Amino acid sequence: MTLATQTGKLPVERRGGFSKKLSGILEPYLYVSPALVLIIAVMLMPLILGLSYAFRDIRILNPFSGGFVGMAHFQTLISDQAFLGALANTAWWTFGSLVFQFGLGLILALLLNRAFLGRGLIQALVFLPWAVPTFLSGLNWAWMFNPVVGPLPHWMTSLGLMAEPYNILSDPDLAMWGPIIANIWFGIPFFAITMLAALQSIPKELYEAASIDGATTRQQFVSITLPFLAPTIAITLMLRTIWIANFADLIVVMTKGGPADSTQIVASYIFTQAFRRLDFGYASAIAAVLLVLLLAYALSVIALRRAMTHSDN
Amino acid sequence: MTLTGHTSTRKMLYWGSHYLMIAAFVIFALFPLYWLLKVSVTPNDILYTEGVRMWPSRTTWDNYTFVLTQSNFPHYFMNSVIVAGTTAAVTTVIAALTGYAFSRFAFRGKVIIVALMLITQMFPLVMLIAPIFKILAPLGLTDSLTGLIIVYTAFNVPFATFLMQSFFDGIPKDLEEAAMIDGNTRFEAFRAIILPLTLPGVAATLGFVFTAAWSELLFALMLVSSESASTFPVGLLSFVSKFSVDFGQMMAAGVLALIPACLFFLLIQRYLVQGLTAGAVKG
Repeated sequence: MTLATQTGKLPVERRGGFSKKLSGILEPYLYVSPALVLIIAVMLMPLILGLSYAFRDIRILNPFSGGFVGMAHFQTLISDQAFLGALANTAWWTFGSLVFQFGLGLILALLLNRAFLGRGLIQALVFLPWAVPTFLSGLNWAWMFNPVVGPLPHWMTSLGLMAEPYNILSDPDLAMWGPIIANIWFGIPFFAITMLAALQSIPKELYEAASIDGATTRQQFVSITLPFLAPTIAITLMLRTIWIANFADLIVVMTKGGPADSTQIVASYIFTQAFRRLDFGYASAIAAVLLVLLLAYALSVIALRRAMTHSDN
Repeated sequence: MTLTGHTSTRKMLYWGSHYLMIAAFVIFALFPLYWLLKVSVTPNDILYTEGVRMWPSRTTWDNYTFVLTQSNFPHYFMNSVIVAGTTAAVTTVIAALTGYAFSRFAFRGKVIIVALMLITQMFPLVMLIAPIFKILAPLGLTDSLTGLIIVYTAFNVPFATFLMQSFFDGIPKDLEEAAMIDGNTRFEAFRAIILPLTLPGVAATLGFVFTAAWSELLFALMLVSSESASTFPVGLLSFVSKFSVDFGQMMAAGVLALIPACLFFLLIQRYLVQGLTAGAVKG
């Protein structure tokens, strides 16, 4: 009894018995099982089914479809110009959004990390775009880019960026900037929230010690702040890259992939194939390719990180 | 004397630029919302002629009264409240249980389950549209709010679990161990002692999931075809495609759609930072 108390096993041991022990072993699974069942049923099974669709002819309105077509979808895919264009657009969309979301998000987090009058309120206000439903921000930004009813083209003209006010969303060369800007607006709060959380977890004593030792603000930033933020930055950048690459809502709402497929990313192309053409087989084949590409990206980032941390030691 | 004068000028310069940058962020964040509001109160006849004015010469509430009394939007609104509210509640309960298990137990298969949850954050959800449709259709769960709730709950459980776990990690284990020595089961201790302490975490998770479910568009578009089961995003988008678009009314509906999500978010954003801080400390 006293021994059990010392080893901290009292709760299980005292009630003793085999059934108690068994329930002790089973207990964690009881907590986890609802989540597990749901994820397997609604995410894992559909994922496997979706991968199998990539090799089948599945068109919702065609009762004769459903047959096995082997690699046919992938062969079509290789020569599908719209798909190849979408691949390039995905890279542009993801990179363009990510750089600004991260850069501005980090700056915002640094600004909010200092105590100042009204910080609570300011923080709530600048984080607000994240709560705005994406379809609504898409509609609203599309509206603001319209020269008849939106201010942005007029501002750009006065700044000399445009000869006369027109809608960049209908210009194939510039259209991608529309959804990207909307995405930057929407995504800054996410980075700011994560970076702010990471900043607030840095022990204050480090800065105190550094300033006693005479380190300048810049030196403190480089040798304390950045190293502490690095792991958070690495993981959020990776997760966000994948998330943005998959994020089609803004494009679907603002440009529907147009004009002339100039804003079509792979994710919105999948959606177009599934929703407009009801060709689930082909849509799944595209999705499978996207999945493989993103997995390859994630694995190479993880491998790179591992190699870098090993070389440090 | 000169030294202090020098530093105080520098300090003023620093805070001046600090506030200036903050102001730029606030304007960038709020201007689109301001524009949404502006369009929603602009009378139809001057919507285009005064399209680029910062504030219309006349304002009206007509768009709001029309949307609230003569359109399907109150119905869509209710559907969205039901879907987002139920999803948030169910997800939070499931995520609290799972997050607690991740935080407190070491058990066989834990690594695999955590990895599985991480992977679900990575693959393109659009990929699941077709298979989920095929699975739900024979069960009668397409074109139904229940189907949407199940799908949204599953999508949100992984992130919500990690969020809850980081809150549980911040609470000392001794608390429930003491309660268990007093003869309570672990679940009783979890419910009576630990859960009340994580109320900020519960609030953050609720708010996060509610906002996500409130906004979801693509699955709602694919899985629902009838008016009666349409959520707000679908209703708003059909507004654009079906009728000769009445933008004032659309924006009024949009402002109404904004209210619940923003209220929720304003309440919980503090806890969200807190939760992620706790997670960062551990990680």
